[in-house]
Amino acid sequence: MKFKLKKSYMEDLKLFEYKSDMVGYGVLLVFLFIFPSWAGNYWTYNLTLAGIYCIAALGLNILTGYTGMISLGHAAFFAIGAYTVGYMTTILGHSFWIALPLAGFAAAFVGLSLVLPALRLSGIYLAIVTMGFGFIIDQVILEWPEVTGGANGLLINRPTLGPLSLNSDASYYYVVLVMVILFVLLTKNIVRTSMGRAFVAVRDSEVAAQSMGIPLAKVKTQAFTISGFYAGIAGGLFAPLINFIGPDNFTIIESINLIVMIIVGGLASIHGSIFGAIFITLLSEFIRVGKDALPAFLSQQVGFQGAVYGLIIMLFILFEPMGIYGRYLKIKYLFQVFPLYRKDTFRRERKFQKAQRTR
Amino acid sequence: MPLLEVTELSKKFGGVHALTMVNLQVEKGEVHALIGPNGAGKTTLFNCISGFYRPERGSAVFKGRDITRTAPHKIPRLGIARTFQNLELFRNATVLDNIMLGRYMHKRASFFSEALFLSKAKNQEVEARRRVEEVIDFLDLQPYRDRVIAQLPFGTQKCVELARALALDPELILLDEPAAGLNSEETRDLCFWIEDIKEDLEITVLLVEHNMRVVNEVADRVTALDFGAVIAHGTPEEVQQHPDVIQAYLGEDDGAAASA
Amino acid sequence: MDTNYIRRRYLIAWISDAIKPRRDIVMFWQLFTSGMALGCVYALIALGFVLIYKATEVINFAQGEFMMVGAFVAFSLIHFAHVPFWITVVLTLLIMAAFGVLLDRLVMRFLVGEPAFSLVMFTIGLALFLRSVAGMIWSTDTFAFPSPVSGEAIQLGSVAIAPGDMLVVGATALLVLLLYLFFRFTNLGIALQATSQNQFAAYLMGINVEGMFSVVWALSAMVAAVAGILLAPTLFLHKDMGFIGLKAFPAAVLGGFGSIPGAIVGGLIIGISENLAGGFLLPWVKDIFAYLVLIAVLIVRPEGLFGIHEKKKV
Repeated sequence: MKFKLKKSYMEDLKLFEYKSDMVGYGVLLVFLFIFPSWAGNYWTYNLTLAGIYCIAALGLNILTGYTGMISLGHAAFFAIGAYTVGYMTTILGHSFWIALPLAGFAAAFVGLSLVLPALRLSGIYLAIVTMGFGFIIDQVILEWPEVTGGANGLLINRPTLGPLSLNSDASYYYVVLVMVILFVLLTKNIVRTSMGRAFVAVRDSEVAAQSMGIPLAKVKTQAFTISGFYAGIAGGLFAPLINFIGPDNFTIIESINLIVMIIVGGLASIHGSIFGAIFITLLSEFIRVGKDALPAFLSQQVGFQGAVYGLIIMLFILFEPMGIYGRYLKIKYLFQVFPLYRKDTFRRERKFQKAQRTR
Repeated sequence: MPLLEVTELSKKFGGVHALTMVNLQVEKGEVHALIGPNGAGKTTLFNCISGFYRPERGSAVFKGRDITRTAPHKIPRLGIARTFQNLELFRNATVLDNIMLGRYMHKRASFFSEALFLSKAKNQEVEARRRVEEVIDFLDLQPYRDRVIAQLPFGTQKCVELARALALDPELILLDEPAAGLNSEETRDLCFWIEDIKEDLEITVLLVEHNMRVVNEVADRVTALDFGAVIAHGTPEEVQQHPDVIQAYLGEDDGAAASA
Repeated sequence: MDTNYIRRRYLIAWISDAIKPRRDIVMFWQLFTSGMALGCVYALIALGFVLIYKATEVINFAQGEFMMVGAFVAFSLIHFAHVPFWITVVLTLLIMAAFGVLLDRLVMRFLVGEPAFSLVMFTIGLALFLRSVAGMIWSTDTFAFPSPVSGEAIQLGSVAIAPGDMLVVGATALLVLLLYLFFRFTNLGIALQATSQNQFAAYLMGINVEGMFSVVWALSAMVAAVAGILLAPTLFLHKDMGFIGLKAFPAAVLGGFGSIPGAIVGGLIIGISENLAGGFLLPWVKDIFAYLVLIAVLIVRPEGLFGIHEKKKV
């Protein structure tokens, strides 16, 4: 078992607890930087997409995992980001680098408008209102063709950086990679300071949070705005990646997709958001590969992918509610304490029914 | 001038008069106990003081400032901390995080400073941690620092809640049945802590308690409530001798006679 | 500049159009009655949500898919096995009841006490799964479901009412009456009510609480099947028809999510108001009107129209 003797409070605030962690992340970083050079365009493109979803999943995890507010309409924020970039670059002809931050702020601003109902609602009521918000934005996209191109969609070119063209998949991959690293660090800072603790407090007990002097309205507003900002930036990066956006890219299925990422990855965890985003984005590839091993009457079916997807959600919730990251922690713990592992170390607390109707 | 002065406070729930014209004075530096049978309105009074309930009439004045209509999250900023009868902890967070939340309202760093983890945020974290460690030392919570609340025994959870309230650095602390559910050893510790809170930390204590031994041990003054009204106040001995208090706890004389 | 000008003209025209008093009273009643039929279907799905939520605290996002499965089961019985319509209805109800019980016994039982969020996600997964499997079994084509009633539209004054709409409203009324009698006068119904109010107390009173969960899943699958059989002839039969269930959510929430009469009224309000909005305002507003109404109501009354605001005691 490794442990570290900490001699100042600063040591608890370090990004990497052990030297070995730093080495591990360093190796990962080097791997990610050389990835496009040997993996080819196809996988580079997919990993770029996964990176974009990482940013959105991180934002959603701040809202849902940490603050406990369910959003079933997060694709709307994603859409606002994507269309802001689309409108600014394709229709108005501005630079992508101006449009991208604006995409984040636009989504954050719309997130602010959702706060009014969100402040007074919790749990399922909020989930359904956000779902409705998703439908409304979807409809607005269709009915506002001057800005969004309506049902015809918008064509968006990859940006340039000074004299550099970011037209190739590999060059755009680096843009996204840098953004992902920045957003991971930002999220880490948010969750390790008082802001992140306040989110958790609001999630666990609103009464106690108030009696700690935490203003519920302000903290919930923060969570919604930050989460919207993340999704907006992710959407803004998404649009130039796939070159074309239309209303079909931002349906409720996309919102569910984002939630599934954080559930499968692990709620209220940065690692979880990343694992989940990568796993779900690459899932269709896995299914495509795994399909050949199955008998034709199953694998040739049209709905095969949807069925597998639904099944994965159900199985995760039944057997591994803490997600991939939870499983990873358990395995790590098993090795650390090897002969002494007890099965109920990670037993979850089951709540009595009716407990969640009021928080 | 008393530290906290409650004047003619009344609160109704539908047709039930939970509190009627309650008067209460808590002097600076004392330990003041509220006693009374179940349903006497003790917790309701706490909820009115800490902003969770709006009383229909009357006022609560803290340090010369009317706090009757203050939002619950502003009350701790004025210097009043509280604990809860049925533990309100952040169950999925560690003990350390729970107590660190007590320092939330003392934060000075801005959003951007925290998001970028600038030196101001860093110093704030270290400073908060230092204060939290003092509280942890005070209540002997060192072994549980990194444990998640849900895994801890009940007595320790109560202790964490007290620690969290102390981390707010309040002037007045409201303890709602601090000894309920504790074993005799934990109860004894609690009595010492309350003494220390009063003597060393110079925090005024207002507590609701059913355990008369605890009340006798720690309280300087006692107020007895029954059916939402004050029936007696004074020193612990005086209140316990008071005929109305005896009647409230033991029932009507003629009722006892009839059953005999 | 040009687009701005056009947009402003468009907006002004739209507003003056919207506030101009309509003399088109016939159109109003026409939309009202067809909206009522649609509202009844919403109400039935919302009823299914509420039944399950009240008893087990699961918010069943697959309720729309239950409806779709029920409709397809009935369709298969009629189309492939040539079973007469009324026997089909009975058989479908039995099959769906068995489906509900099995789902509870095999899966939902193990999720009791999980956080609400996990349960929501589970039922979303279930919905995706059912939809895909239905696509595998019944293909992704759109089918025409044979209507049990036919004939001319009935003229009521100048308003024409389709017989299919009449059937939907009548059947819903009958079903609600039966449910009312069931909850009011049968032992099982009263035991279910007790379970919904306080599981622990019901358990102490000797009620088989786990059995009640199965009953509730069966009941709500049956209500969904009725909704499916009623909706399919007036709309269409397709594996994606379960999406209508998502519109029943505003209905249930509007009614306070936990109140059966609330769900019915909520369903009717949504069905009628969105039909009117589609007819009198803009056609595309129809699809999102349910949510606009919901957001507006919740801002004013966060507990819904009929809900009781539960505040935590400390």
